[in-house]
Amino acid sequence: MTVSPSAAAEQKKFRIDTVEHAAATPDTELPWAELGLKEDEFHRVVEILGRRPTAAELAMYSVMWSEHCSYKSSKVHLKQFGDKVTDKMKEHLLVGIGENAGVVDIGEGWAVTFKVESHNHPSFVEPYQGAATGVGGIVRDIISMGARPVAVMDPLRFGAIDHPDTARLVHGIVSGIGGYGNSLGLPNIGGELVFDSVYQGNPLVNALAVGVMRHEDIRLANASGAGNKVVLFGARTGGDGIGGASVLASESFDADKPSKRPAVQVGDPFAEKVLIECCLELFKSSVVEGIQDLGAAGISCATSELASNGDGGMHVELTNVLLRDPTLTPGEILMSESQERMMAVVTPENVEAFEAIMDKWNVEYSWLGEVTGTGRLIIDWDGETIVDVDPRTVAHEGPVYQRPMSRPAAQDSIQANSFNAERPFGSAAVKDAILELMASPNMCDKSWVTNQYDRYVQGNTALAMPDDAGVVRVDETTGLGVAVSTDANGRYSYLNPYEGAKLALAESYRNVSTAGAKPLAVTDCLNFGSPEDPEVRWQFAESVRGLADGCRELGVPVTGGNVSLYNQTGGVAIHPTPVVGVLGVFDDVARRTPSGWRQDGQAIYLMGTTQDELDGSEYANLRGHLGGQPPKVDLQAEKLLGELLVNASRDGMIDAAHDLSEGGLAAALSEMALRFGVGARIGLGEVCERDGVDLFTLLFSESQARAVVAVARSEEVRFKDMCSARGFAHARIGVVDTEIGALDFQSNFTLPLDELKAAHEGTLPRYFG
Amino acid sequence: MPRIVVDVMPKPEILDPQGKAIAGALPRLGLTGFAGVRQGKRFELTVDGDVTPEILEQARTAAATLLSNPVIEDVTRVEVIPEA
Repeated sequence: MTVSPSAAAEQKKFRIDTVEHAAATPDTELPWAELGLKEDEFHRVVEILGRRPTAAELAMYSVMWSEHCSYKSSKVHLKQFGDKVTDKMKEHLLVGIGENAGVVDIGEGWAVTFKVESHNHPSFVEPYQGAATGVGGIVRDIISMGARPVAVMDPLRFGAIDHPDTARLVHGIVSGIGGYGNSLGLPNIGGELVFDSVYQGNPLVNALAVGVMRHEDIRLANASGAGNKVVLFGARTGGDGIGGASVLASESFDADKPSKRPAVQVGDPFAEKVLIECCLELFKSSVVEGIQDLGAAGISCATSELASNGDGGMHVELTNVLLRDPTLTPGEILMSESQERMMAVVTPENVEAFEAIMDKWNVEYSWLGEVTGTGRLIIDWDGETIVDVDPRTVAHEGPVYQRPMSRPAAQDSIQANSFNAERPFGSAAVKDAILELMASPNMCDKSWVTNQYDRYVQGNTALAMPDDAGVVRVDETTGLGVAVSTDANGRYSYLNPYEGAKLALAESYRNVSTAGAKPLAVTDCLNFGSPEDPEVRWQFAESVRGLADGCRELGVPVTGGNVSLYNQTGGVAIHPTPVVGVLGVFDDVARRTPSGWRQDGQAIYLMGTTQDELDGSEYANLRGHLGGQPPKVDLQAEKLLGELLVNASRDGMIDAAHDLSEGGLAAALSEMALRFGVGARIGLGEVCERDGVDLFTLLFSESQARAVVAVARSEEVRFKDMCSARGFAHARIGVVDTEIGALDFQSNFTLPLDELKAAHEGTLPRYFG
Repeated sequence: MPRIVVDVMPKPEILDPQGKAIAGALPRLGLTGFAGVRQGKRFELTVDGDVTPEILEQARTAAATLLSNPVIEDVTRVEVIPEA
């Protein structure tokens, strides 16, 4: 079907609400409530404009002032990430919070950008496409900084493993991530997989991407220089996810109300792959001044952010947008979340070069308008003005709420309810407990998931799941590379959100240093319930305070991230889940430390000390208990442990290292043995005596700042001297034995690796086939 | 044996990457007469015996719940094809 341009214009003219029309009809009823604006917010829009907004302006304000885009409830807390940063912490920071993603200097002229984001709500509605477009979105954030994406990671949280709806979500989400990421040719180097009934109606699908670039390639999202041209390129604009950002991500949803389901975004990874290569060529040829990816809030977000980050003015003709669906209204075009689109600013001299690159990659583009010095964002529809706003009022000066918070009334009784169930006693009971732990949904082998992802494509992956951190090489000649880990423990945060956030940071930091990399920077994805609930607001505020304090103490800055609120169904919020990603750097990834031992006769050392800390632990979780205080966090000890692990790795003292976290020493020893199928003889008597704990507690407590390492015989003295000199507790707890095929807990019990492996690897296939 | 044919198409407002890829390939083969392509899928459910109203209803239920993803696809046809 072809429509002649004049007929189309006729058709479109019919329903447009121009600025002139809006000024003349002040009393027209507008659907601001349906679009998610509160009454006082709507009045503020009227006050800013000095008249009623047009339909298109209303669409822009509603979507940009939604929780998802404006951070209106979280902003007052998030500024701590900036306030608590010292100059020393900024040393490696090339681009900080506020851009599409932070950029960190890793030396030798290389820079790395990384960021984690959520795609929780879309993934619940349509698991495959929701998870796939989550990967696509975060990858575009990385591209828009000027970097080549090199790896992705996906921390995932689902409801109870045996709930009927869990299999639908697990299958859809895991194949969506694999389908998109594998098609892009990006290795998926790690993440998390957690099952807990609190996530039943609110699975958490977070996606992290890492990109690399040379320092001179960094690009920012701003539109400067009056007369420069504004171009939209990539996929065409369709009706995808209209209102997704404001309506979907800002309201908790109920399955009985399908009317709230907006059109789902569908991703096209092959179009994105072309877009990556095309953008990299644009950067290399220096033909774009500023660039922004289109994500939530689409063109509304891109035009208002580019304009307000630059000289402040832009004039755009909206009928120039290439459409997939010609029936879209101007408001819908402004709100559409169609995937695989980018907006750029190009000087008039470079227009021809830009077009040549687009044609080479066969990417569609359309020139929308130009940058102006007027300080106004003006959007026309067929020559008539339908938007005339100060872009800062749309993008940056939205409402900010500092609403009262309250510590949950039950918090004291939750913290007083310590784990005091009967503990397994005697060899047989402890052995059974280890097998039960290692087969449990959260501790079992994750390869059913990770085998669906391409982990080694591009040939630069040095470590991936199940090792502590994902490691990729950046420079193929020098071996320079980065390690990334993401961690969170919702149960710890539920018990104590302040400490919980620090614990997530501590674990992620420890994972990166266990792999042998020096931690440099942090990204976070803060997943919480509804900000309209004062108790959730308290959890959020405490978590942000904890994370900001922790980052300051460890000397690693938060470079960016994302907040996901309204993760609740039927009034019940998820556990506060601040997912923390830490990025570290290696001079040479050949020095990485894997998480399993291999060499016969190497000594096994436990670093750190153990207290009786079972509250919030995986073992307590197995017994259905959640109460008490999470393990104590000591960031100075974490920092010291990190330095020791990085030094030991650099100087070749250790051949294997694994951090102790969920599941404690029992999990660490099991995973180290199963990594390469090599057993060990373990003796824990002396450590039990030193720390004053019984065998069960030593194995299952989740005390922090601990790691297990395997040390070559020839390096033992040097290793012990190094730990002693720094005053860090260490104890020889065993010897690697390639012959016995078991973990032999001497004078207690023997755990054959076959039996352990069967228990560990059987769980996910049993539920998901 | 009679068959029930079920046709499923991506909803009109939903992106169809496969259709788009085909639309891009057609002109490369010199087939320039087409303005757009949407790719759907067709199922054939074979029935042993007559297609009773109950069986047809079952096919409709299958089409709506299993054969299509109602979030992104529409069932455009559920039709009996008599024995050849």
